[in-house]
Amino acid sequence: MLLRVKQASEIASSEITPKETVEAFNQMRRSRRDVLKGLGAVGAAAALGGFASVAEAETKLNVVATNYKVSDRETTPEAKAKSYNNFYEFGTDKGDPARNAGKLKTRPWTVKVEGLVKTPKTIDIDTIMAYRPIEERVYRFRCVEAWSMVIPWAGYPLSEFIKAMDPLPSAKFVTFISDEDSKVMELPSGIEFPYQEGLRMDEAMHPLTLLTFGSYGQTLANQQGAPIRVIVPWKYGFKSAKSIVKIKFVDKMPATTWNDMAPDEYGFYSNVNPSVDHPRWSQAHERLLNSNSILPKVVPTLPFNGYANEIGTMYAGMNLRQDF
Amino acid sequence: MWVKVAGHMACLLPFLYLLEKYRDGSLALLADPVNFITHFTGDWALWLLLACLAVTPVRRLHASLGWLIRLRRMLGLYAFFYATLHLLTYVLLFSGYDMSAAIEGVRTGHLIAPWRQLMLIWPSMLDDLEKRKFIQVGLLAWTILLALAVTSPQRVLRWMGGKNWQRLHWLIYVAATAAAIHYWWLVKAGVRTPWKVTAVLLLLLAARLGYVAVKRLKKPVVA
Repeated sequence: MLLRVKQASEIASSEITPKETVEAFNQMRRSRRDVLKGLGAVGAAAALGGFASVAEAETKLNVVATNYKVSDRETTPEAKAKSYNNFYEFGTDKGDPARNAGKLKTRPWTVKVEGLVKTPKTIDIDTIMAYRPIEERVYRFRCVEAWSMVIPWAGYPLSEFIKAMDPLPSAKFVTFISDEDSKVMELPSGIEFPYQEGLRMDEAMHPLTLLTFGSYGQTLANQQGAPIRVIVPWKYGFKSAKSIVKIKFVDKMPATTWNDMAPDEYGFYSNVNPSVDHPRWSQAHERLLNSNSILPKVVPTLPFNGYANEIGTMYAGMNLRQDF
Repeated sequence: MWVKVAGHMACLLPFLYLLEKYRDGSLALLADPVNFITHFTGDWALWLLLACLAVTPVRRLHASLGWLIRLRRMLGLYAFFYATLHLLTYVLLFSGYDMSAAIEGVRTGHLIAPWRQLMLIWPSMLDDLEKRKFIQVGLLAWTILLALAVTSPQRVLRWMGGKNWQRLHWLIYVAATAAAIHYWWLVKAGVRTPWKVTAVLLLLLAARLGYVAVKRLKKPVVA
């Protein structure tokens, strides 16, 4: 069992759903068409075309800038971020997703919300995207394989969405289930699909945790987990589930894909931690992939990927070497 | 003669491809050039090692394939060549070695700079070696290939005597097995990419063992 001290930042889930939020969300659903005008062509075309399948290339996304910048590192060139992806549904090589994910249809797309919520529902992606202004946030992205990028994501805090979903007080964890479709995916044997990831409720509610729809001012490329994923910047990349089709609120720590397969290599928390090695490599350093040079930039890995201040006391009382 | 020329050309092709990719700038545009070079050199080392091991079993298939023997040593040496590039990639590009500082040092006349950088990174490489089984087994494979490469000239063979030489060179099976284990130990649980090379290796080992077994069975009958 985990030992942890209750933090001020931890809001009881019974208190996190002001009525206005729910009303705003419902209002938003009613007036989706109007709001969609502000979104990219995919959303608009989908709305006007009655959600027939439309072309799924990345389209422009209207984003508002925020204060989340990475001042000490250059942004990764877009082409690199979109050609080097771990998305095992589309193959085990990091070039596979860019080659194979084009077949994924991201419209129509719905997300099922179920488990410990007042009312389980199925929500259309465009409704979710229109719910809050989409912010651009530049985050460090640290893969468990000891390479990293700096990526401008676009989305809004997952907490906003969760509040609107009205989870029950008994909900302690959130599970994200990714799409599984053997018609368009490779689904390599040896890995159990659908891909499943999870966060503790306070992690999911943390202001850094971003419900993400885009990058580089555009909707997400399929290989990045279009049309909807999460980004949890203080954790290794695999914690940030892609192409989400289901969000489930649960009371116990859920099973997660990589943790199930190799518990000694991938912890449930998987916070970026330079002092806990992966069995096969050190996590003290990372290869920063943000330039067009063949000479590697090896930089020290920062605790919580440089977000230790924002994380504050969230893990106080836990032994992060054990609960890695 | 032409067999050897063709062999050299074929074995050098991957290296020339890598050089060309560096020269035209497309290598740098890859998302993770270091990762690409590591896998590229590792793959070719392993494939050439398997090709080297395949020479004898394939020759036995038909008398007309005898000429293949002339390629065996070359294939082994090129396997060692790519394995060495693979090891150098780890040391100079992967381990945290500061190549920019080393190059800058040499440019400004401090010829000791590359060595200094190596000394800086040495402790963490030793730490890596001590902790990681896949690095140990990979280094074992390379060390064996080094010993085989050094003893590959005819002169050394004559000096060592055929029996001793052959005993030493049987270690190529250990090297190939170690290389395959190195591959399995470095991929993630659930990832099965090394299965093809493993299948080929097992087939080649089975062919050898089968040949020996059949010969043993036949011997008493002849005698």
